[in-house]
Amino acid sequence: MKLVVAIIRPERLTAVLESLYRADVRGLTVSKVQGHGGETEHVETYRGMTVKMDLQAKVRLEIGVSESFVQPTIDAIVKGARTGDVGDGKIFVLPVERIVRIRTGEEDVKAVTPEVPQPE
Amino acid sequence: MHFLRGVGIIGSRTPGPHTAPTLPPAFSPTDTLFVLISTALVLLMTPALALFYGGLVRAKSILNTMMMSLVAVGVVGVLWASLGYSLAFAPGAEALGGLGHVFMAGIDLELRPGTTLPHLLYFAYQGTFAIITVALISGAIVERMRFAAYLLFLAAWTLIVYSPVAHWVWGGGWMGRLGVLDFAGGTVVHITAGTAAWVAALKVGPRLDHGRQAFLPHNVPMMLTGAALLWFGWVGFNGGSALAVNGIAVQATVNTLLAPMAAMMMWMVIELWRTGRATAVGAGTALVVGLVAITPACGFVSPRAALAIGALAAIPCHFAIVYRARTRLDDSLDVLGAHGTGGVVGALLTGVVTSTAWNGPAGLLDGSVRQLGLQALGVVATIAYTAIATWGILTLIGMVTPLRVSARDEAGGVDVGEHGEEGYSDGEGAILVLQKSA
Repeated sequence: MKLVVAIIRPERLTAVLESLYRADVRGLTVSKVQGHGGETEHVETYRGMTVKMDLQAKVRLEIGVSESFVQPTIDAIVKGARTGDVGDGKIFVLPVERIVRIRTGEEDVKAVTPEVPQPE
Repeated sequence: MHFLRGVGIIGSRTPGPHTAPTLPPAFSPTDTLFVLISTALVLLMTPALALFYGGLVRAKSILNTMMMSLVAVGVVGVLWASLGYSLAFAPGAEALGGLGHVFMAGIDLELRPGTTLPHLLYFAYQGTFAIITVALISGAIVERMRFAAYLLFLAAWTLIVYSPVAHWVWGGGWMGRLGVLDFAGGTVVHITAGTAAWVAALKVGPRLDHGRQAFLPHNVPMMLTGAALLWFGWVGFNGGSALAVNGIAVQATVNTLLAPMAAMMMWMVIELWRTGRATAVGAGTALVVGLVAITPACGFVSPRAALAIGALAAIPCHFAIVYRARTRLDDSLDVLGAHGTGGVVGALLTGVVTSTAWNGPAGLLDGSVRQLGLQALGVVATIAYTAIATWGILTLIGMVTPLRVSARDEAGGVDVGEHGEEGYSDGEGAILVLQKSA
């Protein structure tokens, strides 16, 4: 089990969600964050006051996956988020000790496996 | 310098240090006061439009969107004073006015022929119409057009489209002579703006991710504030177009209240029927649709007919907007759906319900087909001319300079890319850059 954490450009979020959906990756958390990597900062001016905006708006994705889904998840994020310019973001893959699904108490791999809706 | 003499700034009038401009004896103080106030009201419509449009776009594009409306006050206003007014209202040919009033030559406190108003005031009042018309178009190309290209477009469109069409209808041109009715600008303002918006949306192309991602309004209360202020200003737009304090002004003003009321009701009924929910954005849009539709008619129809025009206009406009959202046409803020469709419906219905008892010629309901035919002619000619001219202007500008911002600036937001500002910055991570002292 791994936790995939990705920092991406906000405007690529739709494309990333779409490619994750196509890769059958379900269940994720999205948050708006600020940060900066190596990209050039941009300059803004307000009534003669010039400021350098050091922090850029970014989006952080957190996705808990089983081993077999790690590579497909990474591929999908890269496919959706890459523009080729500096500032596209990073993907971090972290080990996970334990996962619990709150509703059922299921643990670990079972907890990150989406349930297939049972036919009625 | 002779063009400055006419307004009494320089030269011949009376020598002496402090000569106050004097109005001719024949002017009407009440009419002049009325149109002075109406001029202020119509001027307010452009910042109101900035709020209306600004609320409907995403937060990262609000400044650019509001600027596109506001900048018309400066650019179109100056062009109007230098050339636009002359091309529209100076005596000239059927198709275009003359050059007699270039740089406000001959526009002074003497009465504008056919009115009881100083010519200078008439010129200013008409200028506020030109400004709002051009600003309306920007709703079709928000969040992606380069600001410099937009400025060129504004300037060219004012002179090449607005001035001639205003001349056709109000300045002594062929439409007015034939008897096409347009009391306050349904054709001159709304059909031209709606058609130009349609062509501009095609030429500039859709926003990135259009059709994949929903672009939601970031501040609906701001949009509703804008709608309210537009309505307030519109009283001066329609009522003031009577150019005098008389029965027609009362009729036009009351009709300007009734039609949006009916349009709002009808719009909510349609929404409740189709989805079970009446929306705030829908109600704000419906107000504008009702106002657009009554604009050509307000001085020629009965108050009862105004209610009918408002209610009837809501139907095609509602479905035009719903349908547009399913197409590839990114007329982002539905200028074609609201102003184009509403303008056409209003112009045609004017030919149906115009009444001899209410200052109009006989309409279809009085048994005369002629007026409806004239209205249709006016609509077709205006759409055809505006579409071709707008296409030409944007094609030429596109040869000189790109129409769109880069994909990267569009993704990051046109506010930062084009203006170097953000509408809602919290200043986190902002480092003050100390300028070298000059």
